[in-house]
Amino acid sequence: MNQDLRKERASASFNPELLTHLLDGGAERTRRRREIEALVLNDPEFQHEDLNFLSRSQRYEVAIRKSALMVMRLREYGIADPDEIYWFKRMCLGSFVEPLGLHFSMFTNALQNQCTVTQQDKWLPLTYGLQIIGTYAQTEMGHGTHLRGLETTATYDPATQEFILNSPTVTSIKWWPGGLGKTSNYAIVLAQLYTQGQCKGLHAFIVPIRQMGTHEPLPGITVGDIGPKFGYDEMDNGYLKMDNFRIPRENMLMKYAKVEPDGTYVKPLSDKLTYGTMVFIRSLIVGDSARSLCRACTIAIRYSSVRHQSELTPGEPEPQILDYQTQQYKLFPLLATAYAFHCVGAYMKKTYHRITGDINQGNLSELPELHALSAGLKAFTSWTANAGIEECRMACGGHGYSRCSGLPDIYVTFTPSCTYEGENTVMMLQTARFLVKSYTQVSSGQLVSGMVSYLNDLSGQRIQPQQVAARPTAVLINDPASLVEAYKLRASRLVEAAAKNLQAELNRRKSQEDSWNRTSVDLVRASEAHCHYVVVKLFTAQLSEINDAAVHAVMSNLCLLYALYGISKHTGDFLQAGILTNAQVTQVYQRVKELLAAIRPNAVALVDAFDFHDNHLGSVLGRYDGNIYENMFEWAKKSPLNKTEVHESFHKHLKPMQAKL
Amino acid sequence: MAQWNRSGYFRSSVSRDVNPDLEAERRTASFSVERLTAVLDGGADNTRTRRAMEAVIHRDPVFSREKQYFQSQNERYEAAVRKAVRLKEKMLQRGWTENRPETKYFYRALGGDVAFNVHRVFKNSILALGTDEQIAKWIPLAEKYHIIGTYAQTELGHGTFLRGLETTATFDTSTQEFTLNTPRISAMKWWPGDLGRSATHAVVFAQLYVKGECYGLHPFIVQIRSLRDHLPAPGVTVGDIGPKMNFEHIDNGYLMLQSVTIPRENMLGRFSQVLPDGTYMKRGSDKINYLTMIVTRVEMLWVEVIPALQKACTIAVRYSVVRRQSKLNPGEAEAKILDYQTQQQKLLPLLATAYALHFMNAYVNKFYSKGYTEIREGNFDSLPELHALTSGLKAIITDYCTAGAEVCLRACGGHGYSALSGLPFLYTKVAASCTYEGDNTVLFLQTARYLVKCLAAVHAGQPTPPSVAYLSLTNSRKCWVRTEADLLKPDIYAEAYRRRASRLLSTAAAKLQALIQSGAEEYVAWNRCTVQLVQAAKAHCQYIIVKNFIDTVEKLTNEAEIQKIMKHLCDLFALHGIFSNTGDFLHDGYISGDQMDLVTASYLDLLAVIRSDAVPLVDAFDFTDENLNSALGSYDGHVYQRLYEWAQKSPTNQQVSQAYESYLKPLFQGALSKL
Repeated sequence: MNQDLRKERASASFNPELLTHLLDGGAERTRRRREIEALVLNDPEFQHEDLNFLSRSQRYEVAIRKSALMVMRLREYGIADPDEIYWFKRMCLGSFVEPLGLHFSMFTNALQNQCTVTQQDKWLPLTYGLQIIGTYAQTEMGHGTHLRGLETTATYDPATQEFILNSPTVTSIKWWPGGLGKTSNYAIVLAQLYTQGQCKGLHAFIVPIRQMGTHEPLPGITVGDIGPKFGYDEMDNGYLKMDNFRIPRENMLMKYAKVEPDGTYVKPLSDKLTYGTMVFIRSLIVGDSARSLCRACTIAIRYSSVRHQSELTPGEPEPQILDYQTQQYKLFPLLATAYAFHCVGAYMKKTYHRITGDINQGNLSELPELHALSAGLKAFTSWTANAGIEECRMACGGHGYSRCSGLPDIYVTFTPSCTYEGENTVMMLQTARFLVKSYTQVSSGQLVSGMVSYLNDLSGQRIQPQQVAARPTAVLINDPASLVEAYKLRASRLVEAAAKNLQAELNRRKSQEDSWNRTSVDLVRASEAHCHYVVVKLFTAQLSEINDAAVHAVMSNLCLLYALYGISKHTGDFLQAGILTNAQVTQVYQRVKELLAAIRPNAVALVDAFDFHDNHLGSVLGRYDGNIYENMFEWAKKSPLNKTEVHESFHKHLKPMQAKL
Repeated sequence: MAQWNRSGYFRSSVSRDVNPDLEAERRTASFSVERLTAVLDGGADNTRTRRAMEAVIHRDPVFSREKQYFQSQNERYEAAVRKAVRLKEKMLQRGWTENRPETKYFYRALGGDVAFNVHRVFKNSILALGTDEQIAKWIPLAEKYHIIGTYAQTELGHGTFLRGLETTATFDTSTQEFTLNTPRISAMKWWPGDLGRSATHAVVFAQLYVKGECYGLHPFIVQIRSLRDHLPAPGVTVGDIGPKMNFEHIDNGYLMLQSVTIPRENMLGRFSQVLPDGTYMKRGSDKINYLTMIVTRVEMLWVEVIPALQKACTIAVRYSVVRRQSKLNPGEAEAKILDYQTQQQKLLPLLATAYALHFMNAYVNKFYSKGYTEIREGNFDSLPELHALTSGLKAIITDYCTAGAEVCLRACGGHGYSALSGLPFLYTKVAASCTYEGDNTVLFLQTARYLVKCLAAVHAGQPTPPSVAYLSLTNSRKCWVRTEADLLKPDIYAEAYRRRASRLLSTAAAKLQALIQSGAEEYVAWNRCTVQLVQAAKAHCQYIIVKNFIDTVEKLTNEAEIQKIMKHLCDLFALHGIFSNTGDFLHDGYISGDQMDLVTASYLDLLAVIRSDAVPLVDAFDFTDENLNSALGSYDGHVYQRLYEWAQKSPTNQQVSQAYESYLKPLFQGALSKL
């Protein structure tokens, strides 16, 4: 092992293994996770060339092979628990994705939740057995966020008892669904249902798209890959165009709405239930934000303790770059953020499971808040992680730019989560809508509960900007609980400001929509402040669950850094609302720098605690043993350009030119 | 939807068949796009020349970038070599030399997608560091491409800190040769462009040893590949460093030297030489070395960095008036996404930034040309200021453009993620600029070091150079703004920026001083203040950019309409900067909370004002469709058709994959009987 890393590990003030247990949710879960990861590591069939050296077509092929293999192995081993499947798969995939991803998630889910019993009996066994592979085709080339704007039509023909599917315009072509281009032979297609001459809105249909046996597109179906992307190279995101394509009536998913054989439309009951699925998927994205940032931090921090550059002290050897304050300032707040987001992900998952229990007992009361909150948290965490991963990459200087650092792969795979499952700005505005609604409720004398209950304080005691003395207690910048209060005050101030600005626009007799649009920048700010408060609150709350004193000490520093760094980046909000004085802000800046120095000796141990195996990390710079330079050289030798000692371009272009000049 | 008859890969920019949503935007322009283009080009003559040069490139299919996004690393490299060769032929045919000003337009037209860029650095370094005899020997060979050169400085383990480089060149008096060695793996040259597969020669920087003594870093010309069969020379291990985030058309390489000998004459000797008897001689100042660095930084901003943001804005703004999503008013059609305030907030400040940086760059070029002449004449007085200014501006401009391109990418939603949007390419390319030619944090600290010195000079009552003269002005205590309109006065916001820069620098310098006085060693104190010093350097650069934008707008008196819209952009740039850093301006109470609310209101109002000219403002950058290489950003706005037709050409849709036969078919067998 590299000497620098050895020293870093020896000097940690806590036992990272204990922190790993905490992150996994118990020592037993850590043990089981490692056991499952070992199954992959010891399986020679899962070894393959670095995907970065392959073309897209080759990468796709490797990915398909791996998907098929994973299915077989999971069955062989009898792994069925969702967490365990997840551990297994992420070890296989590293930073990459599998073309069958949507088959296992959205396609199977939709069949389970929206099929009648008869339909389930027909489709689910085929789906589980991968005898059909499906995708979920919702987004169209011209339509994403606004579902009602989708243009694909499904027109019922009572004469033949069939639906006729059509893509009437270029903009209506289904575009983006994963696995659609080359892999799937079935798709669940969302289309506007027309029956008896009337449009009944969006409904889901099971549509075969490729011939069984030959896998050729069926007549009336045009399907293909949408071409190269920023990342997801091994995924065949696809397009789908349908021309008078007929499917039997039974292929409409009819658990809720129905079309009778004669074309009579039967309306569905409440659709609030789909909220549950959305909350679940968003909680996964929050978890993914945390994990992607954890991985990026692991790479950047390990590399920064192996890399030496310049002089701090004249005449002495070049120091580790992690000893530079500017480097610590780039990386440690992100490390703290990674831990904070881990708490948020765990909280959302737990809450989802608790509430799902309630829903099954018919209690839907908590769902609207969780739904609204999950939208904002999805956006807040994915935006932050997105920027943070790039920050980590740039902190690795030139070498971060090489694909061997693994950071480009983490970034390009993660960044679409700012867009998919709800574009982030739209998500923030959804949360804002809930916040404004809660504010209005409080203004009219009703109390609100849950994470927004701080708004209740606004009714009795108005926030008075610029009057710090009027506050019951001043903010204590070394006390996480007091900082939670500070974030709470900031959130109330910004929610109130946005709500008032919205009201002012409305008073100018503008339409509801126009006023909303003219206030949306304020509204997004309010949502962000609310989410930030929630994150600080959850992180702080987690401290009380840590028993080990050494772990508690280091986590307290991280939590404090998270909270204070956030203030230092938004001092304007805290100053303008009179939550902090100018002198306190100066103290906050100073305290942040002290915390950087305090965290420095534990930095490597803190990323070790994430416990990412090298294979999962997929980074030469982030290797556990720190032997980066020799391995960069080994990696580079495999570059496709190095296949021959003299590249063919020399003979084709250079030599003839030199002869002419 | 308008008829769309494709007559080629991209239609020309003068196509009359334009998406009506885009056409509507152009009809209401408040100024003449053509005149603004001329302003940006520095005169209508330049615009004409540029377009003529671009047409030459676009007419030649060798330079087509249609397949670029589909190509593997190998194919990209080969295409770039082919283009470089073709470009050379063209230049010979037409008698264009590299030093003619219009040649720079080629690079704009090619979008940088051409090999042998470092060959130019190779030549420049010989011209700057070589003796007259060396120039006479090597430059003609390089001009004719009889040799291809690279510039090998950075090593695997060493970048920023040049003195730490480990490659050695040891002189042997008996053979009159230098022996070059890579003593350990971290000393391998790593990253130089054109090194991996193309270059036959390299200017290698190595620690010079003569008779057991180290004389520090010196440049040597080393042959690395045979001129006969292109195989590596004896003792040379050379190759490509593998896939990167972008720049796949360039064979960034590694180079290991094991007892490679070169004649004594191959040490570039303008400033130092080793005589046959081993005597080391230094002559003149090698400060001119800095000039090479400054030249490269100034050039990259113009060639690569600022255009990347301008292109990203062009693509995102055009797409945002073609893309419609959700309804602003019930019963109406779905709204153009640029009509959403949140979308305006993402894109329009970037558009203002693109203009601000363009004007800043124009100023730097002027400043630099003046300094360059003086320095070549041996007058180094302006060097420190020029160096500090270009360091800080390189850092802040690459930061702005990288962050901006990424925002544009995400502002285009899912389609921005498609390579065919052109945005991933622009982003990943410009992102490299934050680390090459000096890591940005290091550069900010260089500027900060200069500023701290200047501040000390101010305190000592000494004169200061023009770009930092503001440090000696006295500070007023309160901003006197009362209304939103007050905020649109350039003097007001310029003063706020000036004060902030001045305050952040004073605070950081005072802290540094206090630490030193309390007994900390200077370098320890420096490290402990670096976060603050970086902030001070950034604030300084931002003030310079705002001030320059104001000055530029004032000079546009002959173009009333253009002056008006540029004034709006300048206001937006400045107020957005305050809005995004409220804490800095509120901190010492210079701007009050109530005034800050006015800033926000004023800033948001400006978004709506600029919204109506957004498309003409990006049109004025005058990028051809070939240049943008984007399905979302083309001039005619036929976004969806182009996306669809281009995707169908993807190799994934043309090539047969084994995936189905080998892996999927066995799975599907069971369903045949059941469906």
